[in-house]
Amino acid sequence: MRRMSAKFLVCVLAVAIGCKQEQQGGGNVGGADTAAIKVGEVGSMTGTEATFGTSSHNGIQLATNEVNGAGGIKGRQIVVIALDDQGKPEEAATAATRLISSEHVIALLGEVASTRSLFMAPKAQAAKVPMVSPSSTNEKVTAVGDYIFRACFIDPFQGYVMAKFATDTLKLKKAAILRDVRNDYSVGLAKVFNDNFTKLGGQIVDNQSYSSGDVDFKAQLTNIKSAAPQALYIPGYYTDVGLIARQAREVGLTVPLLGGDGWDSEKLYEIGGTALEGSYFSNHYSVDDPSPRIQEFVAKFKKAYGGQVPDSLAAQAYDAAGMLFDAMKRANDVSGPAIRDALAKTKDYRGVTGDITMDDKRNATKPAVVLRVGKGGKYEYSGRIQPEGTKETNPAAEPPKKTEGDTAPNAAPGSRPTPTQAPAPGATTSAQSAANTGQRQGVPAGEHSKK
Amino acid sequence: MTDFLQHLVNGVSQGAIFALIALGYTMVYGVLQLINFAHGDVFMVGAMVGYYAAKYTGAAESPGIPSAIGITLLAMLACGLLGFTIERVAYRRLRSSPRLNSLITAIGVSFLLEYGGQFLVGPNPRKADVLPTGSPLTLGGVSIGSVDVITIVASCLLMFALQRIVFHTRMGTAMRAVSWNPSVAALMGVNVDRVISFTFVLGSVLAAVAGILYSAKYAKVDPLMGLMPGLKAFVAAVLGGIGNVPGAMLGGFLLGVAEQLVSGYVSSSWKDAIAFAILILILLVKPTGLLGRGQPEKV
Repeated sequence: MRRMSAKFLVCVLAVAIGCKQEQQGGGNVGGADTAAIKVGEVGSMTGTEATFGTSSHNGIQLATNEVNGAGGIKGRQIVVIALDDQGKPEEAATAATRLISSEHVIALLGEVASTRSLFMAPKAQAAKVPMVSPSSTNEKVTAVGDYIFRACFIDPFQGYVMAKFATDTLKLKKAAILRDVRNDYSVGLAKVFNDNFTKLGGQIVDNQSYSSGDVDFKAQLTNIKSAAPQALYIPGYYTDVGLIARQAREVGLTVPLLGGDGWDSEKLYEIGGTALEGSYFSNHYSVDDPSPRIQEFVAKFKKAYGGQVPDSLAAQAYDAAGMLFDAMKRANDVSGPAIRDALAKTKDYRGVTGDITMDDKRNATKPAVVLRVGKGGKYEYSGRIQPEGTKETNPAAEPPKKTEGDTAPNAAPGSRPTPTQAPAPGATTSAQSAANTGQRQGVPAGEHSKK
Repeated sequence: MTDFLQHLVNGVSQGAIFALIALGYTMVYGVLQLINFAHGDVFMVGAMVGYYAAKYTGAAESPGIPSAIGITLLAMLACGLLGFTIERVAYRRLRSSPRLNSLITAIGVSFLLEYGGQFLVGPNPRKADVLPTGSPLTLGGVSIGSVDVITIVASCLLMFALQRIVFHTRMGTAMRAVSWNPSVAALMGVNVDRVISFTFVLGSVLAAVAGILYSAKYAKVDPLMGLMPGLKAFVAAVLGGIGNVPGAMLGGFLLGVAEQLVSGYVSSSWKDAIAFAILILILLVKPTGLLGRGQPEKV
């Protein structure tokens, strides 16, 4: 017994010393230090939104490997420490605290879900650790403080995109809303969709709600059916949306369903099946987008993950990590405040999902795409919508195209009408993004013709 | 009016599943006065077994009625064994100790199944394809899915079968005897252990059927799926008069309908609150539950 406790003591001491050394190595940031730079990642690797976490993780890993392969940042390698929050907000907060206080990370990547980012953000803000959320679209996230950033557009924009798409492209007059009351993201999108759809001349005929995790939605769907809308907007997450789609068809509601980026998962079609065909959702990017920037990323991702196609969460996470690394390179040193300042100055960062510029509220300004769920669950690109009030694309850089009744790519009201208002799907994206690129970054016009 | 009928149909088909789970609660309570909190998780195991059986036999690709029956029998067998094991390992030794001990053990078993399941198969929800979905039937504007029809019919049939077992077989008589007074029943030559094991197996088998029907109806299976249905079924059993077989059935249907009507006419956020408030009111007026008549009626 005595010997055992002696041994135990030695072990404890050894561990304690080990920790101490590690802390010294990691804690001493900047200067001529060559130790790896630690970046924390929080994601839902398991739970009902598991694919959000794992996709994002893959995207972040890819970006990290690329940076490390190119020699790291300021001569130091990047180590990403990823923690799983199981999709629970309180776990996300715990993970953030753990990463900051015991792992001494210099920046945080995550979370995907707005609800969980809102739990993490105060921890990051208090510790002055810059946090970049790849895909939390709720407005409140970055309002927590000046250390909180995001690499995606915000809810008002997604709600606006769908309202615009529904009225302009689908020519709908009556829509109903089914929102998840337990989810800030869903409530936010629903509100903005409601406002914009009404403003654009439409009418919201029914406004119902559910709580994430519910399995029976028939009561709400029955009511919606009798309100006779032409489309149903469900800004929820894929598991619930899949179930809702099935039950909608069961109660005889056959109108197209509309949604946001929370739909983006391979599981969506697995659960909802054919019930989802003909539905639309707004998203950050489309794999089918032929622009070389995206195709190059898709190829790299497939190569790294055994042929897996990156969903938008992977692309966003890749951009978030890339944006953070870019800021770290530009920062004077790798301390929290220096990285924060560099992040805030991000301008025209060439991300996969579009050129990212930080606005004064630390939100990314960039376009959105609308995807259609086709036969067999294939997502078909059906349009790109620009942020309201963004600068028009340069007409000279845009090859003239025939109108095909697709969505207007330039949604900004008061925008100058261009012959490319509604280009054909497919070629559209490349032309559009190339045009944007050309205009914003002065890429020679010759590059466009290639796409 | 059509809406009301549709809500009613939705409620009855949801209630049928609560009812099937409630039967297991009510039987175990009737015989042992034990609230078997692990029952909802036996239901989950039934659904899981169904999911994996459909996946590995290839039945998930083209689900049909014969394969569904086979899968259901397999799930019933698995859950029957599980119910037997739970009783044998966790509850039997505690039978003579205070009731609180058994209750806490039941909660422990419940957590073991939930998080053990999460550890073994992972927490991600998966899609079950057990029964063919088919297109819904429409009667005068009210549509009802084929799975819902099967659920309602199956639960009614099983309730009648159960009622028959309890009142018209030797084992049923023994169950009632044990429920009345275990020591006297033992003195009369009833093998109490066997009767209790049988009760658990029977309840678990019903939970397996409920699990399969639930997974066919909602197409979503995950290790924590038993939590809410289990809780609601327990409430349904209490509402109908715990220990009473038709009572559990009635309670299940009422709860399902109440939930659907509240979500339909008030708000889905309120559905649990209002549905449960109605239950509290009923219990205030009739503390033994709707069909409960005090001690002698239990089984």
